[in-house]
Amino acid sequence: MQDELSLKKKAEDALKKSAAYGEDLNLEDYQIASKEEEVTENLMSLSADDQKTLLNVGVVPNEENRSGTFIMLNNAVSHASVKQEDEVELMSLQDAIKKYDWVKDYSWKLVKPDADKYTAMTYLQNADGYFIRAPAGKKSKMPVQTCLLIGSKEVSQIVHNIIVVEEGAQLDVITGCSTRKGVEKGLHLGISEMYVKKGATLNFTMIHNWAEQIGVRPRTVVHVEEGGTYINNYITLKPVKSIQMYPTVHLKGKGAFTRLNSIGVAHPGSELDLGSRVIFDAPDTKAELISRTITTGGKVIARGEMIGNADGAKGHLECHGLVLSKEGSQRAIPILEANVEDIELSHEAAVGRIAREQIEYLMARGLTEEEAVGMIVRGFLDVGIQGIPDELKASIDETIAKIGEKAI
Amino acid sequence: MLEIQDLTVEIGGRRILNGINLNVEDGFKNVLFGPNGAGKSALLMTLMGFSGYKVVKGKIIFKGEDITNMSVYERAQMGLGIMAQRPPNMTGVKLRSLLDVVSKNDRKYDELAETLDMVRFLDRDINVGFSGGEIKRSELLQLSVQNPDMVLLDEPESGVDLVSIEQLGITIKNLLCGHGKCAGERYKHGKSALIITHTGQVLDYVEADRGFILCNGRVMCSGNPHEMLEDIKSQGYEECVKCKMNYR
Repeated sequence: MQDELSLKKKAEDALKKSAAYGEDLNLEDYQIASKEEEVTENLMSLSADDQKTLLNVGVVPNEENRSGTFIMLNNAVSHASVKQEDEVELMSLQDAIKKYDWVKDYSWKLVKPDADKYTAMTYLQNADGYFIRAPAGKKSKMPVQTCLLIGSKEVSQIVHNIIVVEEGAQLDVITGCSTRKGVEKGLHLGISEMYVKKGATLNFTMIHNWAEQIGVRPRTVVHVEEGGTYINNYITLKPVKSIQMYPTVHLKGKGAFTRLNSIGVAHPGSELDLGSRVIFDAPDTKAELISRTITTGGKVIARGEMIGNADGAKGHLECHGLVLSKEGSQRAIPILEANVEDIELSHEAAVGRIAREQIEYLMARGLTEEEAVGMIVRGFLDVGIQGIPDELKASIDETIAKIGEKAI
Repeated sequence: MLEIQDLTVEIGGRRILNGINLNVEDGFKNVLFGPNGAGKSALLMTLMGFSGYKVVKGKIIFKGEDITNMSVYERAQMGLGIMAQRPPNMTGVKLRSLLDVVSKNDRKYDELAETLDMVRFLDRDINVGFSGGEIKRSELLQLSVQNPDMVLLDEPESGVDLVSIEQLGITIKNLLCGHGKCAGERYKHGKSALIITHTGQVLDYVEADRGFILCNGRVMCSGNPHEMLEDIKSQGYEECVKCKMNYR
């Protein structure tokens, strides 16, 4: 109790604390979105526009090839269902806290409430979100899909998620974040705490599809235990006002592995400050960080950070940025830190335009300049993310084709 | 098919081709000889229209049209194709995706990919980590799928191992001549080609019609390609330069 009070005090004090990076968004500019539940039992009963919104972030309304589905509209859960309850457990975080005493031991343990004003706000709002648990040894073949949807204008959506993948289990999660048609301005705060236990695997894919005036401040921290694997794919291809995130993975157990792929396109007026951080705290841990970003007129800051604190750690960081416009900017900031002797951390970073030579090579095979640029851009952004539905692939292709046209 | 008239080209202000006159008649397979740095590759790159090769004088006429100022794409559309010597690494672009587009999604390249032992490269990034011989086979596969009317081959045999060279030679022959014979009225059969070769190995597979020797960005002389190759093998290019001097 004393703890809670002191945390609350700290969070209150942190409400004005700016984040280390990114534009300092004013929380008071947005009304806190409704906590009223708008329950949707069957996603196929949603409007055609809503279904399309879901599909565009990888969430399939007919729930085919998905082991579970969770939808959060504004600040309330509107749908949570699983096909096989013994394989994966999925519910709102508030329900989970009521159901299991131990969930509180996982809440606000990786992310500090007073880290910045966004975490403080989320803590003080006692935000809801999803709770996903893969029981020990269970390997679900199909991914769980979740969608965090802003449904009203000029509101802030505040979310707190927890994922626990128990010993030897395997879990795939696709999270799509989007706005309902017609919502242009808003704020999304999302705290995610993820635990990958001994020998477990979590494949986490997050697709952002925001609107032009949305500010986005996710705060994600992941703990990976011995022999565990955490794969993170992050995609944002559509215009957005400002995204700033710096997900951090702590490799806590021997032989733990993580790979973080980030793919982003900064359109005119968008600012993407996308970081990834890995902290090697146990021997023989490994990590790969890959960032591929494009600017068509917006601002990109790609941060990659690896901090080696244990022997035998190996990590590689790749940060590539394409500039496809006279306007935009690309800044790559790789940081490597070795605090022990037996360690191997490396990086390669490159920013610039597509080599003329590459475009002409394809043109010599009969492709137009647009087609050539499109093919190169598609290849650039393709880091082999699995499990994306065809509708989303088509939408990604369409975005890439538009980028190709504009780049000429 | 192709007429090159008084073509003068600079790269970054440095003159590399100087008043080149050279023709490739319909169906003819002509050969370019010349020492390293003579400007042979630069000539092919200029013909294809790659940037960086600045035409300061002269014309390139292809199929009766002046293509000197056309884009690479327009030249390719007109039926010009190239097997480059040092193509760029195409990171992220899979060989299969390019072949799909070039073949307009008819997958007839599978068989040829098998023949050229390129199947395992179809899902790899084009040219990335390819050996010299693999690049040649990949280029030839692309070129065959593209099926242009006139092909520019830049040292097709260089870097190719002895086992692969026969398959490569036969594939080039099939590309240039079709599967039938190509003797007789040459202009009626097969494609036109301009081929750079140092070793002449490719001439074991392709019947060449005319040879040109390029030195210091100029055409030194032309003649029967087989005789020329013999002379170059026995006397080198020095004799060639001397001969030209005396002739003047």
